[in-house]
Amino acid sequence: MHAPRSLPAALSFTVLLLVLSGCELNTAWNNPYPPEHAQSNRIDSAFSEQPAHLDPARSYSADEYAFIAQIYEPPLQYHFLHRPYQLEPLTADSLPVPRYFNAKGESLSAAAPTDQIASSEYVIRIRPGIQYQPHPAFAQDATGNYRYHHLTPAQLTDIKTLTDFPATGTRELTAEDYVYQIKRLATPWRHSPIAGLLTERIVDFADLTAHITAAAPPAIDGNRPFFDLRSLPFRGAEVIDRYSYRIRINGRYPQFLFWLAMPFFAPMPWEAEAFYDQPGMANKNLTLDWYPIGTGPFFLSENNPNLRMVLTRNPHYHAEHYPTSGSDEDRAAGLLTDAGQRLPFIDQAVYSLEKETIPYWTKFLQGYYDSSGVSSDAFDRAIQFDNDGSAALSPELTQQGIQLTTAVNTSIWYLGFNWRDPVVGGTSERARLLRQALAIAIDFEEYIAIFANGRGMIAHSPIPPSIFGYRAGEAGVNTAVYTWEQGHARRRSLIEAQQLLTQAGYANGQDPTTHKALTLYYEAMDSGPDSKAQLNWMRKQFAKLGIELVIRATDYNRFQEKMRDGSAQIFMWGWNADYPDPENFFFLLYGPNRKQTGGENAANYHNPEFDRLFEQMKDMDDSPARQAMIDQMIAILRHDAPWAFGFFPQSYSLNHAWLHNVKPNLMANNTLKYRRVDPIQRDQLRTRWNQPILWPLGVFAILLGGLLLPVIFIIRHRERRSAYQ
Amino acid sequence: MTAYLIRRIWQALPILIGVNVLTFMLFFVLNSPDDMARMQLGDKRVTQTAIDNWKAEHGYHLPLLYNASASGIETVTDTIFFQKSAKLFVFDFGLSDSGRDIGYDISQRLWPSFAIAAPSLVIGLMVNISLALLIVLFRATVIDLMSVAVLVVLLSISGLFYIIAGQFVMGKLLHLVPISGYDTGLNAIKFLVLPILIGVVAGIGSGVRLYRTFFLEEIERDYVRTARAKGVHEWVVLFRHVFRNALIPILTGVVAILPLLFMGALLTESFFGIPGLGSYTLDAINRQDFAIVRSMVFLGAVLYIVGLILTDISYTIADPRIRLANS
Repeated sequence: MHAPRSLPAALSFTVLLLVLSGCELNTAWNNPYPPEHAQSNRIDSAFSEQPAHLDPARSYSADEYAFIAQIYEPPLQYHFLHRPYQLEPLTADSLPVPRYFNAKGESLSAAAPTDQIASSEYVIRIRPGIQYQPHPAFAQDATGNYRYHHLTPAQLTDIKTLTDFPATGTRELTAEDYVYQIKRLATPWRHSPIAGLLTERIVDFADLTAHITAAAPPAIDGNRPFFDLRSLPFRGAEVIDRYSYRIRINGRYPQFLFWLAMPFFAPMPWEAEAFYDQPGMANKNLTLDWYPIGTGPFFLSENNPNLRMVLTRNPHYHAEHYPTSGSDEDRAAGLLTDAGQRLPFIDQAVYSLEKETIPYWTKFLQGYYDSSGVSSDAFDRAIQFDNDGSAALSPELTQQGIQLTTAVNTSIWYLGFNWRDPVVGGTSERARLLRQALAIAIDFEEYIAIFANGRGMIAHSPIPPSIFGYRAGEAGVNTAVYTWEQGHARRRSLIEAQQLLTQAGYANGQDPTTHKALTLYYEAMDSGPDSKAQLNWMRKQFAKLGIELVIRATDYNRFQEKMRDGSAQIFMWGWNADYPDPENFFFLLYGPNRKQTGGENAANYHNPEFDRLFEQMKDMDDSPARQAMIDQMIAILRHDAPWAFGFFPQSYSLNHAWLHNVKPNLMANNTLKYRRVDPIQRDQLRTRWNQPILWPLGVFAILLGGLLLPVIFIIRHRERRSAYQ
Repeated sequence: MTAYLIRRIWQALPILIGVNVLTFMLFFVLNSPDDMARMQLGDKRVTQTAIDNWKAEHGYHLPLLYNASASGIETVTDTIFFQKSAKLFVFDFGLSDSGRDIGYDISQRLWPSFAIAAPSLVIGLMVNISLALLIVLFRATVIDLMSVAVLVVLLSISGLFYIIAGQFVMGKLLHLVPISGYDTGLNAIKFLVLPILIGVVAGIGSGVRLYRTFFLEEIERDYVRTARAKGVHEWVVLFRHVFRNALIPILTGVVAILPLLFMGALLTESFFGIPGLGSYTLDAINRQDFAIVRSMVFLGAVLYIVGLILTDISYTIADPRIRLANS
């Protein structure tokens, strides 16, 4: 019976040892990173969803761009600091200037009318000397043959990841790589999401797709063998010389330059496909969709989407320098401190899988992540609003040296009315007044306050700030819904909304045919219990006018289906800009772009005058004339009210004091190269903030002992008593 | 024994086919192949041609269960169900709809799940059995009554609460362990301490209460009285005699879940950032990746059947009076 007696003593002794050792160890026990990385020049971040695709032909979402935009380099990029967003060359030596041609192939001036322009031509010259990251696809033997382009099953047996290939190589970036990638966009089995768009825009794109389909070898066990696209003739994209290539566009399409800043148009060496498309590679997850190969500042050195993704500095990265120009605010914020310095600043960026917001937030506060968003759970603790509505950090976070950065997103949430619906849609005055009354009654200020923690800016038009065409202040007010009073936009009263409703023939919200409350139908994306409050709120907005709103909550698949077949009546949806041009918002309301015809005009709005203006505006350069045209288009939309313009979401991001050069750039995805960290300061603060606290363990052990001792005493007492007792 | 095993495996086949059919139907009631294609291709700018291309490339252009345009056996084999499900029976999981090898992902993810589940089960069993025996020692006393009350409270608390509270106290307040994360090899240990501890503590309420019931049933038996009459020490009576005879119902619950330890725990893995199999299925459902969903359901069904067979075998070991019938 020695064991029970010695248990509390052993526990106490252990805890005492722990306490003593803990006092001496000046380290953070809760550090999730290996000790050898304590002062490494790297960024610690997280991802919540594993990226679905890393192939630049296919990838089209923000969580994927977070990785591939650091690896692949399209010819153009957005200036890191300038606003409004401004394109600049990345691998190109200058911004390409389009040349225009008529149907006979004769050159036209830039001022030529759009209807005379049959095609546009962009000649892009890339800078010589740019090298690819080290990669086994480039590895060659002494005779110049590629070492890993004809792998046998036996050679693949021991290969599990790219690092299992002992040799790597590199080569210079050429114009042919850019043309090769454009041909990949036309390859049906690459499933590029913009293939449909490019079919309309790039000359002979559809023919190339047909050619590839006919000429390519069939798939074997679901995998396509390597099919070399270099030899395929293609007028849409041609190599001029080693460093120049030409892209031909149907008609005039000024927005094409923006596409040239997206990873879709990044270069792809043919060696990559020759390497990855070998039999047996896909079964080991060794595909171009998972192991990118680029010329960017970083390469993906560890690709374990189940655990961790690591970007490491590309040793062959070409000379690129931190911007030397910016605004006064940028200079004041220290964003020009590193002007002219060679990029990138960091050696690595480590992204750990973090699916839940609570541990993410806690680890950010502990200093184990360099930056974070602000989740709804933590919002009240992190952010405070002053009297004029400006957001500021709470004193607790300020004390930690955390900095807050906010930005209005280049996206919009809106309430759409189906133009084809007999009640809320169409050009009748009755329907128009009904829509305007509803636009007044639906209080999006309240929506932002309740459901977005105040992170949103009321939209008066489809154009968000920082996009050409946006007007701030009184000039930008939607007078159909707001009045301008004492320097602020004030939502029109419910009385005005009711008057509009009466004029529409729905006095007090009553349907004149049934003499009951008008019933409208709202299609909702039901995302679970959280959405119930939002749906109830929406119902109340309509009830303010005496209108009964029937909610049709459904999953996202069915919601999309209803949008496509045009059976929804009222709905709420959003749009995130591809590029910073008003065309990318107005096309959501362009008649021929209706959802039912495969476009993105979910409201199925159609106004001939708006469509005419849109067709002119989209081809214009930014100018006062274009602004005037945009103003006209906005006026039409405010009058017709196919949308109740909702709000532009705002993003709030936090970063620790040791992370520098943080400026939100909602168009550029390749901003990792500008980030700089102070690893010494980070390590010191992490250690200071995370000292283990051990005394509660001692208290717990004493309490446990205090409970066990009487138990042992009772047991021993019962054992010793006689049967009679 | 061999004949018994063959019979059980033979019986498992229709169960597995049934599970496959059910999974298939439930999945495609909610998601059409077009929906799956849209999920993979994205919302923006996707055309019907792109959707049709994706379906053809991934074999989702075929009819679901019956191909009326085919003839003979192909009416059944030339369908999505057959093409996608037949290979499962030789454990060829194929590629996910996003192009990753499912077998590889499963082989990578099952070990982190096992690394949490196995210690949680073993330590949990030891703790629960010890506490249950201790409470049985004080049966029909105030201590017993209070213990049961505490156990009921413990089992009434949501598992999520244990996780959040554990992370808050151990990771955030006391800074003793990383609040979440994972690593390979021995570096994984510091990440496993907290989820295992929480797994053990969260299981005490239900486990101890259940085992206490098993032990109470045994402790009034004649052989226990006989042992006591012979002067056998109370600890020995409990841990050697009562415990051993209560093993059958304990084994029923434990052995059946042994193979499922690989399948992981959704909440635990999600909150601790453990790259296990628990979240694999849910992520696949959210991404409408049917290839992963069917593979994981199939694997779960197989492991469950294996668990039941193991349970039967364990009976014969725990109680020599039990024999497996051969017919």
